[in-house]
Amino acid sequence: MNRNIKDTIVESLTGVCVLVIIFIIVAILTITIIGGWPNLNWTFLSEFPKDGMTKGGIFPAIVGTAVMTIIMAVAAVPFGVITAIYLAEYANEKSIIAKTIRFAVKTLAVVPSIIFGLFGLGFFIGFVGKNMDSLFSGGELKWGQPNILWASLTMALLTLPVVIVSVEEAIRTIPREMRAASLALGATKWQTIRKVVIPGSVSGILTGTILAVSRGAGEVAPILFTGAVYFSSNLPHSLSDQFMSLGYHIYIMSTQSSNVDATQPIQFATTLVLLLLTFSLNAVAVVLRYRIRQKAK
Amino acid sequence: MNDIKVKVKDLSLRYGTNLALKKISMDIPEKMVTAFIGPSGCGKSTFLRTLNRMNDLIDNVTIEGEVFIDNINIYDKSIDVVNLRKKVGMIFQKSNPFAKSVYDNIAFGPRINGISQKSVLDEIVERSLNQAAIWDEVKDRLFHSALSLSGGQQQRICIARSLAVNPEIILMDEPASALDPISTAKIEELIHELKKEYTIIIVTHNMQQAARTSDLTALFYLGDLIEMNKTEIIFSNPAKKQTEDYISGRFG
Repeated sequence: MNRNIKDTIVESLTGVCVLVIIFIIVAILTITIIGGWPNLNWTFLSEFPKDGMTKGGIFPAIVGTAVMTIIMAVAAVPFGVITAIYLAEYANEKSIIAKTIRFAVKTLAVVPSIIFGLFGLGFFIGFVGKNMDSLFSGGELKWGQPNILWASLTMALLTLPVVIVSVEEAIRTIPREMRAASLALGATKWQTIRKVVIPGSVSGILTGTILAVSRGAGEVAPILFTGAVYFSSNLPHSLSDQFMSLGYHIYIMSTQSSNVDATQPIQFATTLVLLLLTFSLNAVAVVLRYRIRQKAK
Repeated sequence: MNDIKVKVKDLSLRYGTNLALKKISMDIPEKMVTAFIGPSGCGKSTFLRTLNRMNDLIDNVTIEGEVFIDNINIYDKSIDVVNLRKKVGMIFQKSNPFAKSVYDNIAFGPRINGISQKSVLDEIVERSLNQAAIWDEVKDRLFHSALSLSGGQQQRICIARSLAVNPEIILMDEPASALDPISTAKIEELIHELKKEYTIIIVTHNMQQAARTSDLTALFYLGDLIEMNKTEIIFSNPAKKQTEDYISGRFG
């Protein structure tokens, strides 16, 4: 075949693939915005669902998602950053420990999210919670049932590998010469990490963790068994309370609704809110990275 | 000849099983410039790095023999490497200022040693930059990023940064090899000034540079120390044929 023809074919093929991607994004955004925007108003954001979710708003689901995301970040980020520092700075690449950790992180990253949910149910609720109950409250059921803490921790496990990988990548962008310079000045390894490596990679660390967390914010499977409820007339006011979540709310409305015509506008608006939430988290990551890069110049 | 500052005895170094330095012994005098020359891969940079134990950072390196600095064996178990590196500063081939302001670069060493009083730091920063002959060029941009300076200026910032921790010995690993002739001349001039107070050991590919800057020259080849003597003797009347061949460009 003529070389030029081959070239044209390859070029058109890449063009088609790009168009498909753009089409999907545009379709998702257009459908959600057209369907959801007219129903999005302050009442919708600030009220509880009413009449079997055919009326009212999604306030408790917004609060639930936000609180869960915060607890998840508080649990996953420090743990992930410390593991990444260990892998990038302390671990001997060839040591069995480092290889094992890397293998574990990779495996964890490909475990389906529903499995995390089951694990959370078995480990946090069935094991940790049950034992806490028999230790602290003489067997009275408090922690041994789904709640926002166990759901957030399960979600933290899901996002942990992503945090570890992105933070380690960010740390590895600091050139070896920088570390050598610091050590040659008589800095200890920890001083080098604290004063040269982490400040130099902070934008990457922040972006990576925010992206990981924003991905967790919309997940549903891990919280199905571990804390999310279909409806709650109260906001969670302690860690042992159950909660409503945006993702789960969308699932419930689209599969369990008694009146499809009445819930559909609410579904669209809820989807739009969830998209806006995750997009704005990503936007924060982009702005942070930009700001810190500007400052470094 | 000045007093001996560094005394190396039968130093061998292996990368894995590969013998990179073979029983090197030498005396390096105080407050003079000693140059290491030799073709690429001859072991001169590796040897330089044994003097502040930077090779410790590389896996698989084994070292035998002794290095005495002020009569103390720096490979003794009781030696704190961190203190050793404060005493033996190092300048790298590629200038490596931190992505921080000029001021924070120079203050880095004093700060990790616990100095936080601003007036003291100000004084150290000004003195170090003056010693490195770059104060006049950067005094109005102390709080700009060091990365915004030219390559030659960055290298002098690195020299000032290492001076700020009051070293006694400064190791320079081809400090001017990435610089233009004018910047190189400035670094060489600086070396001439610094040797009044510091013991300087410089690795260089450039034989003219060794001839211009150093008091003593040592030639390395394939992990052996071939010959070491006063620079003018090495370049005019070397004892070994191999040295004569190398400096006249017949091999290397």
